[in-house]
Amino acid sequence: MIFGFSILFLLTAVVTVAGALAAALLKNLVHCALSLTVTFAGLALLYLELGAQFIGFAQILVYIGAVAILVVFAILLTRGAGVPEYRGYSSSWFFGLVIAAATFALLAWAVVKSLPASLVSATPAVSVQSIGTALMSSYVLPLEIVAVLLTVALIGAVIVAMPEGKASSEKGGPQ
Amino acid sequence: MTPLAEFLVVAALVFAIGLAIALTRRNAILVLIGIELMLNAANLNLIAFWRFGPHPEALTGMMFALFSIAVAAAEAAVGLGLVIAYHRHTKTTDLDAMTRMRG
Repeated sequence: MIFGFSILFLLTAVVTVAGALAAALLKNLVHCALSLTVTFAGLALLYLELGAQFIGFAQILVYIGAVAILVVFAILLTRGAGVPEYRGYSSSWFFGLVIAAATFALLAWAVVKSLPASLVSATPAVSVQSIGTALMSSYVLPLEIVAVLLTVALIGAVIVAMPEGKASSEKGGPQ
Repeated sequence: MTPLAEFLVVAALVFAIGLAIALTRRNAILVLIGIELMLNAANLNLIAFWRFGPHPEALTGMMFALFSIAVAAAEAAVGLGLVIAYHRHTKTTDLDAMTRMRG
């Protein structure tokens, strides 16, 4: 225990926040994407510490396995012809920083002020079977809607990113 | 601080950093990264409240986080597809140079 925090929590929290800070400050876009991966891994570890094993491994699969790879692909695809030397921050960066700092101050103040002094409960025992049962019984409608949403979004993403000449020639072909 | 407050403060910190990235960086892909960080901070809040809440066996917060992860994945795919499509037309991902929406 250091300052009342457990060492495990302190380590994962520092890794998570350091990865996010590196993504905010680094100049090279690929380095930003890699530090984003570190943040995702830290968040997965925090989920595991909270006893949410299923969400932790889903986070690793979805974010580190898919979203981070997608971001790296997008960075490499859009980097080619652009100017390599440019200012990394927008002209109104100061106001953005002030807004972000004010948001954090407000959230931290609300958290520290409003929570009761002691709120400790035993780790809930949740098996994957109970999650599957809940998904298939009381949460079956949201599950189906998410399935439709994912299908629509991924088909839409492919169509949006498709070269335009190809799309219009395929559309105009059978007419 | 209680364990719940520790996790909530970490989530607030990640949210603020994501907001700072989305508001200050000029590259469109980095703005999407900032939005992903904010979504992840919200997920951490949901899981922390589920863990320390009164009825963890009801699985409500966990399900919310699970669906939120799925929606965030769909958002990332569509957003990056839009950035790639814009880059094909104008050869830039600089937000200050994105001044028109017509292709």
